Amino acid sequence: MKAVKVLSSLLLVLVLSAFTISADKAVDDGYDIGDIATDFKLKNIDGKMVSLADYKTAKGFIVIFTCNTCPYAVAYEDRIVALDKKYKEKGYPVIAIMPNNPATKPGDNFSAMQKRAEVKGFTFPYLMDQGQKIYPQYGATKTPHVYVLQKTTKGNEVKYIGAIDDNYQDADAVQVKYTEDAVDALLSGKEVPETKTRAIGCSIKI
Amino acid sequence: MKRFLTFLCVICITSACNDKGAKEVIVEQSTKEDSLISDYQLDVYNFNEFESFLTKKDDKIYVVNFWATWCAPCIKELPYFEELNSAYKDKDVEVLLVSLDFPKQYEKKLIPFIENKKLKSKVIALDDPKMNDWIPKVDENWSGAIPATIIYNKDKSQFYERSFNFEELEAELKQFITP
Repeated sequence: MKAVKVLSSLLLVLVLSAFTISADKAVDDGYDIGDIATDFKLKNIDGKMVSLADYKTAKGFIVIFTCNTCPYAVAYEDRIVALDKKYKEKGYPVIAIMPNNPATKPGDNFSAMQKRAEVKGFTFPYLMDQGQKIYPQYGATKTPHVYVLQKTTKGNEVKYIGAIDDNYQDADAVQVKYTEDAVDALLSGKEVPETKTRAIGCSIKI
Repeated sequence: MKRFLTFLCVICITSACNDKGAKEVIVEQSTKEDSLISDYQLDVYNFNEFESFLTKKDDKIYVVNFWATWCAPCIKELPYFEELNSAYKDKDVEVLLVSLDFPKQYEKKLIPFIENKKLKSKVIALDDPKMNDWIPKVDENWSGAIPATIIYNKDKSQFYERSFNFEELEAELKQFITP
């Protein structure tokens, strides 16, 4: 009888832990459209700390998880700069976050980030996700991975998740500019036409 | 025979013969010591052409891995797919390595990689920039990060957006092997 009790409590523990695992998983999945995105305080390549709250006059943000070492991210660098130039003035600045662990990917360490930003003329903050605390909350899985946020009374609401556009190979062959379409819609008070898109990217290095 | 095949391939390319739907990339490497010509033919597909590799209805189990030479975790797990391929090929298991390298890297990086590593599994290249259209067709839950793998047979299919070691990969495969 005692054995049965021990067994059943063991079973209970097992069942409970199974629940915990699935609960964790749900958190790992990150944000969906309509969720409120967390703010952060991350170190920029100029050494200063950057938070979304610093941008008092912004209407929202184009948060992009990107890095130096992923060919897809590299293919999009110029287009990310163009996004920032086009939308910063309109109230949607680009905030780039480098999510990889630089111990795993030395090409993404802080000084490499500084160099790359200088070479490519980044006009936006390029932040190190120190300790890799932020990208899992957003649910970013790869670079580049875009989150368009709109400032609301509740906080920064997730309005778009996905790719920059529909052609990584050739900027001239792009037919749909998903991120631009999302921001344009928000700026003119419309619904985002396509809220989630997908693209191949490099998995984030832990 | 090999020469004849090469000749055929050249004819095929020059006459833009495309009846299989696959583009072919041939690299010719000649060494200084001898003038042996090693050539490797890479089959390149867009998604429509590629889709049949995900929907075969025969008695085999297919292990389809999406990778690229620039993807470090992919390169790390590639030997396990090779090991699986050699260990299970007489058990009706077929490994297919689907490269997502950029087309401009085929000759410079992908083909030399395949040759240097002497990959035994079948390697093809998928070149289709309309990723938002085809990624969900591979699997509804795929974010697009690689490595990613599908194991399927005619009855069921399982998708994995993760890395594997050999034991994990073999354990997943065994769920498809009927005792």
